[in-house]
Amino acid sequence: MSIQYKSIKNLTSMLQNKEISHKELINETFTLIESKMDLNAFITLNKDAAIEKATLLDSKKNDSSLAGIPIAQKDLFCTKDLRTTCGSNMLSSFIPPYSATVISNLENAGCISVGKTNMDEFAMGSSNETSFYGNVENPWGKNLVPGGSSGGSASAVSSGIVPAATGTDTGGSIRQPASLCGITGLKPTYGRISRWGMIAFASSLDQAGPMARTAEDCAILLNEMCSHDIKDTTSLNEHIPDFTKDIEQPIKGMKIGIVKEFDLSKLDSEVVKIFEESKKHYESLGAEFIEISLPNISLSVPTYYVVAPAECSSNLSRFDGVKFGKRCDDPKNLEDLYIRTRSEGFGDEVKRRILIGSYVLSAGFYDAYYKKAQQVRRLIKNDFDEAFLKVDVLMSPTTRGPAFEAGSKGSDPIQMYLEDLFTIPANLAGLPALSIPNGFVDNKPIGLQLIGNFLEESKLLQFAHNFQKTTDYHLKTPSGENI
Amino acid sequence: MSWQTVIGLEIHVQLSTNSKLFSGGSTGFGAEPNTHVDLIDMGLPGVLPVANREAFYKAIRFGLATNAEINQTSSFDRKNYFYPDLPKGYQITQMAMPIVGKGSIKIDVDGSEKVINITRAHLEEDAGKSIHDLFDGETGVDLNRAGTPLLEIVSEPEISNAKEAVAYFKAVRQLVTFLDICDGNMAQGSMRCDVNVSIKKEADEELGTRAEIKNINSFKFIERAINFEIERQIRIIESGKSVVQETRLYDSVKNETRSMRSKEEANDYRYFPCPDLLPVVISDDEFNDIKNNLPELPDEKEKRYILEANLEEAEAKIISSSKTMANMFEEACSKTNDSKLVANWLVGDVSALLNSDNIDIEESKLSSNNFAILIERISDKTISGKIAKSILEEVWESGDDVDNIIKDKGLVQIQDESVLEEIAQRIINNNLSQVEAYKGGKDKLFGFFVGQVMKETQGKANPKSVNDILKNLLNS
Repeated sequence: MSIQYKSIKNLTSMLQNKEISHKELINETFTLIESKMDLNAFITLNKDAAIEKATLLDSKKNDSSLAGIPIAQKDLFCTKDLRTTCGSNMLSSFIPPYSATVISNLENAGCISVGKTNMDEFAMGSSNETSFYGNVENPWGKNLVPGGSSGGSASAVSSGIVPAATGTDTGGSIRQPASLCGITGLKPTYGRISRWGMIAFASSLDQAGPMARTAEDCAILLNEMCSHDIKDTTSLNEHIPDFTKDIEQPIKGMKIGIVKEFDLSKLDSEVVKIFEESKKHYESLGAEFIEISLPNISLSVPTYYVVAPAECSSNLSRFDGVKFGKRCDDPKNLEDLYIRTRSEGFGDEVKRRILIGSYVLSAGFYDAYYKKAQQVRRLIKNDFDEAFLKVDVLMSPTTRGPAFEAGSKGSDPIQMYLEDLFTIPANLAGLPALSIPNGFVDNKPIGLQLIGNFLEESKLLQFAHNFQKTTDYHLKTPSGENI
Repeated sequence: MSWQTVIGLEIHVQLSTNSKLFSGGSTGFGAEPNTHVDLIDMGLPGVLPVANREAFYKAIRFGLATNAEINQTSSFDRKNYFYPDLPKGYQITQMAMPIVGKGSIKIDVDGSEKVINITRAHLEEDAGKSIHDLFDGETGVDLNRAGTPLLEIVSEPEISNAKEAVAYFKAVRQLVTFLDICDGNMAQGSMRCDVNVSIKKEADEELGTRAEIKNINSFKFIERAINFEIERQIRIIESGKSVVQETRLYDSVKNETRSMRSKEEANDYRYFPCPDLLPVVISDDEFNDIKNNLPELPDEKEKRYILEANLEEAEAKIISSSKTMANMFEEACSKTNDSKLVANWLVGDVSALLNSDNIDIEESKLSSNNFAILIERISDKTISGKIAKSILEEVWESGDDVDNIIKDKGLVQIQDESVLEEIAQRIINNNLSQVEAYKGGKDKLFGFFVGQVMKETQGKANPKSVNDILKNLLNS
């Protein structure tokens, strides 16, 4: 029996019923990985250690909740003794001496990390085209991008290689690729999951999260990924519920907000049609719709493109060729070492953002850009606070359209930045948000975004699970069959 | 033309916490390069800082001791610049909301008092060290010091000359050692300062263009660097040119300052709030706990010594001027009721030795415990004052244990009066002509007999007993 496209829930029961051994599961996973190398979803594989762990699990009883579940880790999380590149030439030979908290949490729960997934360089991109390790293919079509930055993770789950992957989301990097690859991805509340060991892009926006086939699997993963971590002072010291507990609860009578300022008229008419169908579907489940105004939401993209590059310009300063990572050959002097190491080590998009960030933080511009952006961010957060007095969740398309062809956005970065129009606001406000498959445009999946109030991941997952119990978009596979 | 000098100091005080400002790495000095470095100090990808509250407590002590505003909520910013010994490419510092706000400190210049206002004191992490002379044509980086907590104390530009600057630096050093927040060890770089110097005409309202002299770590160099810089600026202005705003380095070998970088070459540090650290809030309980357990400060000690130990003001001032000296005084006083005796030794012999060696008490081999034992042995009459003086000199050189010296050299005072009587009688018998002269009215000869007894006993006789015995024998 093939393990391809199986959910965590399926695999766990197969393992428990001894339909498959841990080692067989991992071996088959690597067979799948090797048969789908053309996707270029992985940068580094962890085969020997994975098989070793599976063998160990077979030899003794294990009650861990995720025992033996293969998982693909975004190559942005530090993994002890396993190369971590962050999609960059700069870290092409970096082997961390420690693991990220979220990696340890998942591995302690029994997950087996099978490899590190491809991604946009330092998570900067929306198509996985900025990776030093090459484009990732979307399983839904030759030459289609998987989205980004967690493109490798999305592609690996979408193609059914693994039931689960980790992602990170700074402006949409979990939700947008989830949408373009037809899977479910959740960005939790900022601070839910420790950032210790996550290579920082924009510290005040970065948040790790699960990517899986279903909302239920995301809930199962989230249970293990969250922890209050004293090594991360922005990690929340809040009660961590069982995120699976309420997902079966009906949503009858609950309220969904539609954001007035999200102008859908400029979207592909198919996308709008699918969105309207999803609304109807939620109505049939008993939800009520309310139009909500978020007056400052239109400022999200410009605000984001000040805050994120500013933080990135500082966060990426440590890659200087002195202590770890790449160093240019035969530097003539210190300045030469810096200039050539960073020129050779970083790709164009990373350089672009470092330049923008350095500019907005520079003397004389700080008040006009960075400080102003932080003030706008507060206004956007206030808009959301107001909205959640009236509704349980907010709903929008995740992306403007389905997956596009590699190279099709041309050389205009602004076109690419607009990819994140719907996803950026949740990052700026630190709110949880997820994307679930809700239809197809030309046989290419697209996603529906739900944004929740602070710490209300459970409610989001409840909405998503109710939808998935009564629809089959998430069950369709690129190869055409239903699971 | 007369010129007025305006000086401001930025003093970097290394706080004596066990671990670093943002990591569990050790702050110990003198370890093998790169052995006190953890993941955070190295700035590895993915690591995050966690603020060390102990550093805040120590900073607050300084604030309280300088009557400063304390910001119970303070925050961190990043100061961005590239340097090999700055692992993250930015320094975490407090720019917008420092822990300590406006305060002041009293300084003493040649007996007259002046108050220097302090603008702020903020926490920041130290950088590592670049080592340029160990590897041929290459630079080594030692990150042991990276992340060590510093309190940067910024004075108002209210210092008028090099002497005042040194007095101010000394006052800060005295305070931080009394507060037990810094070991004050300048040779190890526990205190360093940047000096801003400018000159202007007396009548000018506005300050002149300043030069900043970086990283000076001795009193002597502060004085010399400032005096050199004043001369240099006067020369420039009087020759019709103007001073350039720049950062300069003091070369102690050539005794000159020279340009490091001009304003145009200066880094744009691109300060912004550090997104990895939430503002640190010190609770009222924490604050009150620090306030209620503030160590006794020099002024308070001085008053107490005058009031409780009956010291003269001058004595009390000298003893309370250094924490080590004050500790010596207090420990020795616990072994004797005679606090005057202790004070006399400290202000007299000990201070004389310090002066002749030109060192601070912290640098001497005399430990507080050894000094207390010396006082105890004088006080319980085991040794005479004269012997004590020679023991002190020996301890000063060797650092040996006082009791061991007394034992090894047989210096115990002769307490047995019959032994002294026998010696005195022998001396009288051997010097009959002097006895006759004494009895005939040459009173001064009494000293001769005392001297002879002391010589015979190698100074181990109790002078008072010798006096009594001789008087008795000669007058009978």
